[in-house]
Amino acid sequence: MNHAGSEASRVVLDADQIARACARMAHQILEANRGAKGLVLLGIPTRGVALAERLAKAMADVEGISIPTGALDITMYRDDLRRHPTRPVGHTHLPIGVDDAVVVLVDDVLFSGRTVRAALDALGDLGRPRAVRLAVLIDRGHRELPIRADHVGKNLPTAADERVRVRLEEIDGVNEVTIVRDPAGADAVRRS
Amino acid sequence: MRHLLSAADLDLLSATELMDLAEEMSLLQGRQVKKLPALRGRTVVNLFFEDSTRTRSSFEIAGKWLSADVINVSAKGSSVSKGESLRDTVLTVAAMGVDALVIRHHASGAPQQATQWINAHVLNAGDGTHEHPTQALLDAFTLRRHFRTAEPDLTDFAGKTIAIVGDLTHSRVARSNVLLLRTLRADLVLVAPPTLLPAGVETWPAQVCTELDDVLPMVDAVMMLRVQRERMSGGYFPTPREYTVGYGLTWPRLQLLRPGAAICHPGPMNRGLEISAEAADAANSLILDQVAAGVAIRMSVLYSLLGGSDDSPPPTREPEAE
Amino acid sequence: MRQVLIRGADLLGRGRGDLLIQDEVFADSLEAHHDVELIDADGLVALPGLVALHAHLRQPGREDTETVASGTQAAARGGFTVVLAMANTDPVTDTAEAAEHVAELGRREGLAQVVPVGAVSKGLDGTELAELGLMARSAAAVRVFSDDGRCVADARLMRRAMEYVRAFDGVIAQHAQDPRLAGPDACCHEGAISGRLGLPGWPAAAESTIVARDVQIASLTRSRLHVCHVSTAETVDVLRWAKARGISVTAEVTPHHLLLTTDELLSYDPLYKVNPPLRPAEDVTELRLALADGTIDAVATDHAPHARHDKEHAFAEAAFGMLGLETALAVVIETMINSGALSWATLAMRMSMAPAQIARLAGQGRHLAIGEPANVVLVDPAARAVVDANASASLSRNNPWHERELPDPVVSTFWRGRLTFRR
Repeated sequence: MNHAGSEASRVVLDADQIARACARMAHQILEANRGAKGLVLLGIPTRGVALAERLAKAMADVEGISIPTGALDITMYRDDLRRHPTRPVGHTHLPIGVDDAVVVLVDDVLFSGRTVRAALDALGDLGRPRAVRLAVLIDRGHRELPIRADHVGKNLPTAADERVRVRLEEIDGVNEVTIVRDPAGADAVRRS
Repeated sequence: MRHLLSAADLDLLSATELMDLAEEMSLLQGRQVKKLPALRGRTVVNLFFEDSTRTRSSFEIAGKWLSADVINVSAKGSSVSKGESLRDTVLTVAAMGVDALVIRHHASGAPQQATQWINAHVLNAGDGTHEHPTQALLDAFTLRRHFRTAEPDLTDFAGKTIAIVGDLTHSRVARSNVLLLRTLRADLVLVAPPTLLPAGVETWPAQVCTELDDVLPMVDAVMMLRVQRERMSGGYFPTPREYTVGYGLTWPRLQLLRPGAAICHPGPMNRGLEISAEAADAANSLILDQVAAGVAIRMSVLYSLLGGSDDSPPPTREPEAE
Repeated sequence: MRQVLIRGADLLGRGRGDLLIQDEVFADSLEAHHDVELIDADGLVALPGLVALHAHLRQPGREDTETVASGTQAAARGGFTVVLAMANTDPVTDTAEAAEHVAELGRREGLAQVVPVGAVSKGLDGTELAELGLMARSAAAVRVFSDDGRCVADARLMRRAMEYVRAFDGVIAQHAQDPRLAGPDACCHEGAISGRLGLPGWPAAAESTIVARDVQIASLTRSRLHVCHVSTAETVDVLRWAKARGISVTAEVTPHHLLLTTDELLSYDPLYKVNPPLRPAEDVTELRLALADGTIDAVATDHAPHARHDKEHAFAEAAFGMLGLETALAVVIETMINSGALSWATLAMRMSMAPAQIARLAGQGRHLAIGEPANVVLVDPAARAVVDANASASLSRNNPWHERELPDPVVSTFWRGRLTFRR
């Protein structure tokens, strides 16, 4: 992990806090939907997929039934493709068709909103959900598009030159959310 | 990746990524909306100096499903006879501001020459008897899916033996496949009558054999190459029937193959000459799968060439989700 | 009376001396007038004017690519004082009238002597003898006959031609390329590189089998054979065999075959497409050894100008040929003098005396001696430069040496006492 040129990072969510946030979001999703009927969870790679599976498991523990869970890669729908060398494409897996489903998009961090915009476009080419909701672990503000999350694990006000990093055990070996100041990276992070 | 001129342009990592991407692209075939916006606003010209309905439409669909604007330009006939140099033809097309040229030419090297004259990305769709890299990719992609039915975690072809049989001298598919399959770590055996072995084949990364019966029992896949009847006029072999007896994948030869060994052919087939109808339609024939893989592979290649910027430096780190 | 005194030149590398040019011949330097035009040749080597045994001047027929005027200007820049112009013009030089026309063009416009080569067969079609005798008797005095560009493949025709020219001490210069082993689509050397690149090629045997046949016909007919542009080790072996038996055969090699190899094919650049094709490094080594020991008697450029629109095609479809007159000496110095394989005196043999002798040219390839025609080139042995194809006197630009650093030897060229080039 290269922190050259940045200050020490601070932990804003530890493993327990992440777990509680997921559990809370799972309940909220079920409540808003009045149960599990018609729900499809689609995580946005990479960590959104792991989060979606955690939510699905939490919801299955509550409702006693399994929730269709998959992945929706949005690389091809990004609005900034032409600004970077060709990006690798992640895996899309639709457990069932999305027509008339209530699709809950799941991602780790909500920032400018462009990823979600791309996800909505991708979803539109896959079918016509009855409704689309958004669940994110962290909402760090600084929206550039009129997008809001329905379910938020933690609201985290941040400065533009800070970086939020979500680490999940399934992928990173540890569960924690950290913030670090990184002025040099601010423009790279701002992908408008 | 700026151009794709030769299978040698790909290392194990990039070849694997292209095939993985093609798996994603192939999901598109089952969807109602067969469209991805990644190449919106990009213009791709299929500049074909040689007829090929199948390859050209495969590239056309691939480009259109990625939302690119695709134009077909047929430049059939020798530029020499038309009095226009190859350079002029290429420059004229590129001058219209295209992002990529997909070039098929009857002469080896033409796509590579084109890269000296224009800025656009160049994709070799088959040049003379030199290479056909997207064909090799779709062959490898099809083989990988086949091998994964028995070994789902298979990542490369290490330990697999693959035979390529037929008119190696005149086959661009063979050259690309030898390069790519070697990159994927397969062991290769080339089988042909001596007159159809290329000059310098002893320097190729493959074993060479002239006895097909000896080779078939030991392979995990056999790739039959098309042999043109016109080769007879060059005196390469005396009669079609002698060719078939010596080098055709006949019904008796099918029995020599191991169970699970795959049969491939890049098409179009001469049924009865290099491949019997029984072999073409056998259960372990991947020939139709090869055809089906064409669009996905070509989408994957087009996206890799055109889906990013043409000149920005690589990002300094993994971009954060938004 | 015009006089030019060249002072202090190293004469063929044998020692310094002075050369007095008086009108068209060399005179005793003691006869120099006190106000004679002086050329300080200190540090320069003086060689007899080079003899271009094999070049294509493209006139008549393709004046867009080269003319007698531009080609001889290029020749003068390369240190040549005579050019033998091959017969594959349009119309073909296969009659006395055509030969005299080319010779006349040379007299009127040439910056070097121009000697036409006559075709062996009518229209270069390889079936019937051209009017060899009439061409020999014409004012053009043709002595070298060649279907170059094409091989005289018919053994009987080759025999007849060789027998026929014995009457006037002519020589048949063969372009050795068996048309059956080198098919119509073949475009390069058949080997490991062509096999990988998917380029149809022709094997070394296509050249050596013809030479093997022709030296035996030369023996049979007691006539002279000259082998154009030898490019393979196999042909060198045949030449050694034939010469050991006293067969009257001479041979030439091009500068490009002394340096460029099949590695140039990798770019598919038709600039490197030539007939005979570039060969692998092993052949280049053998050719240099053969030129050093005299198995190959002469260097000849096979200067072949081509318009851009004839070269800018796919490799297999582009025209064959490279320019060579301006850079020939530079390449031979680079490969043979700088490596110590040839002395200046032997280089003079290979590039002046021997080709003049082969072509039976009086007045060229002579020693730098009193009374001889004043054909001399002053050479700076140490100068080097990056070749600029665009700075050429040729009308064409298919120069394989463009942007390479090579010796830049020619300082000035005198043809019959007249300065035809000065750097």
